[in-house]
Amino acid sequence: MPIDTQGRPLSPHLQVYRPQLTSMLSIAHRGTGVVNALGSIGLVCWLLAAAQGPEAYAQVQAFWASLVGQLLLFGWSFSLFYHLCNGIRHLIWDSGRALEIDSVYRGGVVMLAAAAALTLLVWLTVWF
Amino acid sequence: MAKFTLPANSKIKSGRHFPAPDGATRTKTFKIYRYDPDSGDNPRTDTYEVDLDSCGPMVLDALIKIKNEIDPTLTFRRSCREGICGSCAMNIGDKLGGTNTLACTKAIEDFEGEVRIYPLPHMPVVKDLVPDLTHFYAQYASIEPWIKTDTPAPTRERRQSKEDRAKLDGLYECILCACCSTSCPSYWWNGDRYLGPAILLQAYRWLVDSRDEATGDRLDALEDPFKLYRCHTIMNCANTCPKGLNPGQAIAETKKMMLERQL
Repeated sequence: MPIDTQGRPLSPHLQVYRPQLTSMLSIAHRGTGVVNALGSIGLVCWLLAAAQGPEAYAQVQAFWASLVGQLLLFGWSFSLFYHLCNGIRHLIWDSGRALEIDSVYRGGVVMLAAAAALTLLVWLTVWF
Repeated sequence: MAKFTLPANSKIKSGRHFPAPDGATRTKTFKIYRYDPDSGDNPRTDTYEVDLDSCGPMVLDALIKIKNEIDPTLTFRRSCREGICGSCAMNIGDKLGGTNTLACTKAIEDFEGEVRIYPLPHMPVVKDLVPDLTHFYAQYASIEPWIKTDTPAPTRERRQSKEDRAKLDGLYECILCACCSTSCPSYWWNGDRYLGPAILLQAYRWLVDSRDEATGDRLDALEDPFKLYRCHTIMNCANTCPKGLNPGQAIAETKKMMLERQL
């Protein structure tokens, strides 16, 4: 009887692999890239409204000032800073540096802290 | 293309339960992936309760004990039992999930509750914990892992300075167990064309060997959107390597060599 090599099952992957800081930050980089692209639609709406006249502009401004608008802006700002900071991390890696596992973990924590700090800084200037 | 769920024939069902022998006081539960190619059934997980008082300290000791004393149908690869052959590479973990490592060098006591054991991830399964590594080995052959020279063979060894020899440290220790490649999401989704961390570490091992004279040809062969550049520096590879090597770094150095030769 010939051995059936086509019907072989695929071993589990995402279902069983323990989430690693390395892979989670990596997929978040891709995720924030998508969110940034979506966020730019918001920016375009704002510019279009500004070009259309004071009435349309006031409407869009009112949306961004609402709770939903503020939450979206907060999320987008963090997404932007995450992508920026992790992008810098990627540039450092591309130069062949900081690729030892302990550096990768330390860099990941520093990157998250920097992204959070930059986001807070922006919002502190907005609120105060 | 990335497919995040398992195909219908690969979905895991619950399996049989083998309780601990009477009188066992210190038991450990092992939940193990089973697939029998002869039955045509889906894979399942069987649960074995093992008496640790009569079991060696490593996960491989438990697997051998299960096969010898509880269930002789359990199938897995093993040989050296000291972390040098790479046969017993598998995904070992607990409730929170597992990472790829060698069963022979992983201690049972590293896990709090039950131990869960699966074959290396995202691979065709031959039987139980035995993945089909045919494609992995074909990819290894594709990088031509041997010394290539144009200069006539010297009358004695091709000599190497201590500094040049040191460049191979962290590379020659690789045992090709495939733990890193099968931990890499990029290899999961594009393993048909992406060479993966293990093979790329081997490719770099020949790129930096001062005695090899085919560096340019080797770099040409890697100049491809998939073979090398599907590495996105996720770094699961270095995180899981049971020998403590760093394929991600070797790949970054290879990308640098690609760039530097164009300057």
